[in-house]
Amino acid sequence: MKVLVPVKRVIDSNVKARVKPDQTGVDLANVKMSMNPFCEIAVEEAVRLKEKGVADEVVVVSIGPVQAQETIRTALAMGADRGVLIQTDVDVEPLEVAKLLKAVIEKEGPGLVLMGKQAIDGDNNAVGQMLSALLDWPQATFASKVEVDGSKVKVTREVDGGLQTLELDLPAVVTADLRLNEPRYASLPNIMKAKKKTIDIAAVADYGVDLAGHLKVLKVTEPPKRTAGVKVENAAELVAKLKTEAGVI
Amino acid sequence: MAVLVIADHDNASLKDSTHKTVTAAKALSGDVDVLVAGQGVDAVAAEAAKIEGVRKVLVAQSDALGQHIAEAITAAVLPLAGGYDAILVPATSVGKNFAPRLAAKLDVAPISEIVEIVSPDTFVRPIYAGNALETVQSSDAKKIITVRATAFKAAGEGGSAAVETIDAGAGAPKTRFVSDEIVKSDRPELAGAKIVVSGGRAMGSAEEFHRVIEPLADKLGAAVGASRAAVDAGYAPNDYQVGQTGKVVAPQLYIAIGISGAIQHLAGMKDSKVIVAINKDSDAPIFQVADYGLVSDYKTAVPELMDALTAAGK
Repeated sequence: MKVLVPVKRVIDSNVKARVKPDQTGVDLANVKMSMNPFCEIAVEEAVRLKEKGVADEVVVVSIGPVQAQETIRTALAMGADRGVLIQTDVDVEPLEVAKLLKAVIEKEGPGLVLMGKQAIDGDNNAVGQMLSALLDWPQATFASKVEVDGSKVKVTREVDGGLQTLELDLPAVVTADLRLNEPRYASLPNIMKAKKKTIDIAAVADYGVDLAGHLKVLKVTEPPKRTAGVKVENAAELVAKLKTEAGVI
Repeated sequence: MAVLVIADHDNASLKDSTHKTVTAAKALSGDVDVLVAGQGVDAVAAEAAKIEGVRKVLVAQSDALGQHIAEAITAAVLPLAGGYDAILVPATSVGKNFAPRLAAKLDVAPISEIVEIVSPDTFVRPIYAGNALETVQSSDAKKIITVRATAFKAAGEGGSAAVETIDAGAGAPKTRFVSDEIVKSDRPELAGAKIVVSGGRAMGSAEEFHRVIEPLADKLGAAVGASRAAVDAGYAPNDYQVGQTGKVVAPQLYIAIGISGAIQHLAGMKDSKVIVAINKDSDAPIFQVADYGLVSDYKTAVPELMDALTAAGK
């Protein structure tokens, strides 16, 4: 079975995003960029499926600027087999990302799509669900455990209050939550090997998807700042203040 | 213009996030209907009918709807979509799961986790883990929106809407429910609690988290939360996680114990009315948002706090 993993190049999760003074967006110039952490978890899971003999090929797809090749290369170093980059400098909306991925999937014919539950830039948490809808495939989001069994996949999902386990007919879309696995660090030999793996470069036009857009970002602003209050000396003073000053206990 | 709100419930009772989403819906339209999709939800529908300002309550029932399966909810809502200009969904794990699926079926770009309605087509939502707020305008004729409930006040009671049964839809033929492991707890639910006590990585182990955080929470009648670092380290279950990738809370009182205050955690609790931080590192970023800070090791501070609460009659 072929497993397809969409990945996104985003601001590194350890970098604090700063809003541009002209309120047009977040400043990404000279900022460290990395693979979205949830995508990394999805790549790891796909590679583990390959190591278990469940998957025979792991294909990584990214939509983004020329530098997104580095993100794909990271996934190849982790153990994915080949990459596809749909190169564009446009900030593609989640619905259009889903449409582009659908077109790639129709060409590639994977048995399973594994992807991150959300990207840490737009925080939409939407592409996996939309892709599954467009393909009319079943979906299992927020996965913390994935077990493929023949033509089915059993997925344990992180839901409010606990866990839910579903069984889906393959092909299906599964989105990864934080606790699915801990992604590996690529070893130096694997990083070297990844340099020889193929990345096909395609254009949005190759897939016939219109990037006209449904959403327009009018402005991006800083959230209101909360100011630091007072330091108390001890627990007794804290309780007194919570009781009389704040009135919350 | 009419708006449909899809109720958040556990088949037994209606969740407060529904009332809050109704408030958001009322900012868009005077005609607000609520859909309760579940199984054995007559009591939930009756509760929804009492929300002030609700025109009509629709009820769809099937096993798959009771299991909150995204494909089933989408199939039940799709035939109704023509009658509404906007569909609003509380941004819970259920809502976030099906709303984008529904949107894609309608060729609509969903708008996730709004915290403010600027106009009927313009909304504010947090991005970059709450480090920025995006004001976004939608050109779609129909809007599919998930609502961050903590950003809106709950609609009151006192309504008496009619309840109407509708078709449950085609279900989810390719998806089967296997099991649920929902943690039963006497503590209030994290998302709606008035007081939240959260522990961080400083706890060092699951046993310590359990020993320190839970008695304090029980003394205060509080819900228990955790930082992502504590969850990552396995000290607390994932559904305790407060933060951008976990739950967003806005209680009257939030007590952060041994939590440094990573931005992604702050995104999940900075709208709390009063924030208390207990941390032995006086430079911890959590103190920059705390109304009351106590620089002390939790190992001494929490027992003292328990004693002080007892002395204060708690």
